[in-house]
Amino acid sequence: MRIYVTSVLVDDQAKALAFYTETLGFVKKNDVPLGEASWLTVVSPDDRDGTELLLEPDGHPAAKPFKAALVADGIPFTSFAVDNVDAEYERLRARGVRFTQPPTDMGPARTAVFDDTCGNLIQVVHVAAP
Amino acid sequence: MAGVADVFKALADPTRRTILDELADRDDQTLFEICSRLLTKHRLDSTRQAISQHLDVLEAARLIEVRREGRYKFHSINRAPLEHIADRWLERS
Repeated sequence: MRIYVTSVLVDDQAKALAFYTETLGFVKKNDVPLGEASWLTVVSPDDRDGTELLLEPDGHPAAKPFKAALVADGIPFTSFAVDNVDAEYERLRARGVRFTQPPTDMGPARTAVFDDTCGNLIQVVHVAAP
Repeated sequence: MAGVADVFKALADPTRRTILDELADRDDQTLFEICSRLLTKHRLDSTRQAISQHLDVLEAARLIEVRREGRYKFHSINRAPLEHIADRWLERS
């Protein structure tokens, strides 16, 4: 058994695809029409055969209150690894991305948290090698 | 209006003092950031609910200010009540 896909609940798949590709820099992998929505995934350009991120519609009635409660407390439900948190912070801020937490040392990790414009907070993290 | 007794009660708890230490580092922290700092820097593994209650006590004593911006909620230290305490007993020029 292996983990091949993980998901973020997005309020609009087209908007999410634009943000996750044009702003963050991921690349589209699958876009398969499936009823009203699509099986829409992106991957890292550095790891095209790696775990896919599914941009999943948040249409279920439980999804939006769940997302809003997490955002109100500043909780990122999804986390991406980066080589340099400060460089990503500057790069994404220059593209207009809103951060709720600038780069901060948290024990062995350095983290920052941003808004994906689709109703989620996302953490970027770099863990120093031991 | 919070009284001086509320300020001392709020400061009597070591976790709440540590929260103020971390908020003194930077304004506008989310609950998530405060919990992360307490856990990773101070090994304080209180529940999110417990930290939220500590923040309520600090806010009632006006030692922190809570600011809502859109869907976010940020916490910052408010040093004014501490200034009043210092003014009362310390001769400061």
